[in-house]
Amino acid sequence: MEISRQNPDVVGLVADLTGSLKMDAFKEAFPDRFFQTGIAEANMMGIAAGMTIGGKIPYAATFANFATGRSYDQIRQSIAYSAKNVKICASHAGLTLGEDGATHQILEDIGLMKMLPGMTVIVPCDYNQTKAATMAIASYQGPVYLRFGRPKVPNFTLTDKPFIIGKADLLVEGSDVTIFATGHMVWQAYLALNELKEKGVSAELINIHTIKPLDTEAIIASVQKTRSVVTAEEHQRNGGLGDSIAQVLAQQLPSPQEYVAVNDQFGQSGKPEELLKVYKLDSHAIVQAALKAVERKQQL
Amino acid sequence: MTKTEELTRMASQVRRDIVRMVHANQSGHPGGSLGCADLLVALYFDHLRINSASFSMDGHQEDLFFLSNGHISPLFYSVLARKGFFHLSELATFRVIHSRLQGHPTTRDGLPGVRVSSGSLGQGLSVAIGAALSKKLNKDPYLVYVLMGDGEQQEGQVWEAAMYAGSKKTDNLIAIIDYNGQQIDGPVDQVMPLGNLEAKYKAFGWSVIPFNGNDMEEILRTLEAARQQAFKGQPQLLLMHTEMGYGVDFMTGTHHWHGIAPNDEQLARALDQLEETLGDY
Repeated sequence: MEISRQNPDVVGLVADLTGSLKMDAFKEAFPDRFFQTGIAEANMMGIAAGMTIGGKIPYAATFANFATGRSYDQIRQSIAYSAKNVKICASHAGLTLGEDGATHQILEDIGLMKMLPGMTVIVPCDYNQTKAATMAIASYQGPVYLRFGRPKVPNFTLTDKPFIIGKADLLVEGSDVTIFATGHMVWQAYLALNELKEKGVSAELINIHTIKPLDTEAIIASVQKTRSVVTAEEHQRNGGLGDSIAQVLAQQLPSPQEYVAVNDQFGQSGKPEELLKVYKLDSHAIVQAALKAVERKQQL
Repeated sequence: MTKTEELTRMASQVRRDIVRMVHANQSGHPGGSLGCADLLVALYFDHLRINSASFSMDGHQEDLFFLSNGHISPLFYSVLARKGFFHLSELATFRVIHSRLQGHPTTRDGLPGVRVSSGSLGQGLSVAIGAALSKKLNKDPYLVYVLMGDGEQQEGQVWEAAMYAGSKKTDNLIAIIDYNGQQIDGPVDQVMPLGNLEAKYKAFGWSVIPFNGNDMEEILRTLEAARQQAFKGQPQLLLMHTEMGYGVDFMTGTHHWHGIAPNDEQLARALDQLEETLGDY
């Protein structure tokens, strides 16, 4: 809403999920700039690409599953390869979509999007950061994939904190292990810090809200200090944040790394917190991964 | 010389460009390119209100043309070059390494005249709708055109887009289908029949004009009629009957020449049938 008031070129597109995406207020305030495409995501992505011709900044919104897998070739050719200034807003990503189950719980979207040349991939961690990122991408020229989830996580980032694309947030300093987390997993990592502290492990927590371009400088600086790594994401371990970081470390600073991610499985129906536990994506899993990473470092 | 004669001469030269480009690199799609040559010549050298001297991506206060069936790129490149979007000599780089004239058109290298990448079929109509909506928001009274293939109508996205434009009355949009009845695997009627395309589009809320796309006067009349019908509450479909390979007798009316290149002897036979009116590139 705010960004639409500030920038008259911003337009919103949605594929029959206005309510779920909380776009009602936008629709009310800017009826001429709101485009309902019906359940036709491929067409929505194409229309969004076309609207950039003439200077519009389309925010094309739907569930992450339909925003990526369903319309991949349209994003690839009409948006990414054509370098169109489209903002793909993907909600309800990952397991924590919950009861709807595996059909809707996409765990491959970060990989799909980060592999596209020129695509920026952003995964904010809470409401404030999502809002800041939504504002920031309007003034960035180029295609962006903005991923956010469904569950209510505490709103812990500051409202006035500027969002800088590609700049990782060092949230807590530590010396024994670095936890790189993205999206809702940043909160789970926060919870893990206390337990690690009790076990005598000083963990550094970095919020990687931009998976591409990756802040390699911040990653290397931290790992030079800790020499052991945990990556935490609500995504398949194949192709996610962990792989991006492993690629950097393998080339520049090989270090023990443990993945907190879904391991080549589909999800299932359940409460978000149950799913995080069953798929080992909760704070407990992060603690275990951190202990293991530290232990591996000590064995070197 | 009448306008029709001038355009026909240009079309002959463009057809020479097409077969020479595809022959030079032994790769590309001559069939559909030849069939649609008259239409693109009519659009670019008469009908479209465009600024070829200084290309801008946004195309404000200009008509926009999108090529959805990107494989007929030899035709698109020839027409753009001869219209002055880039130098004619660049046609010699078609499909060559580091060329801006990629197998299928792309915006990647900033080739003037190209506003979106195409090649994977079924996407151009959606993009054209988006550009048409953008024009409406900008209160820009110019029109958006898109050319698709008939085989391309088998892609589901086309119908998502057709439904959108019809129901939302995108009436500054003119879509054209190259209805040549052929696709790579054979006649469209055998591969996956389209049924009554005219009735289908009408049912989706479009106004449909069938016409002969290999008759220059009829093309000009049809384009003008379509322009007069713009902004009247319906998107328009021009159902363009053509013959694949038109202009070269042994390439005409068969899917065989959809995507293969002529050899030296075939090139010579083709060029014998196409008058060099304006000088080869």
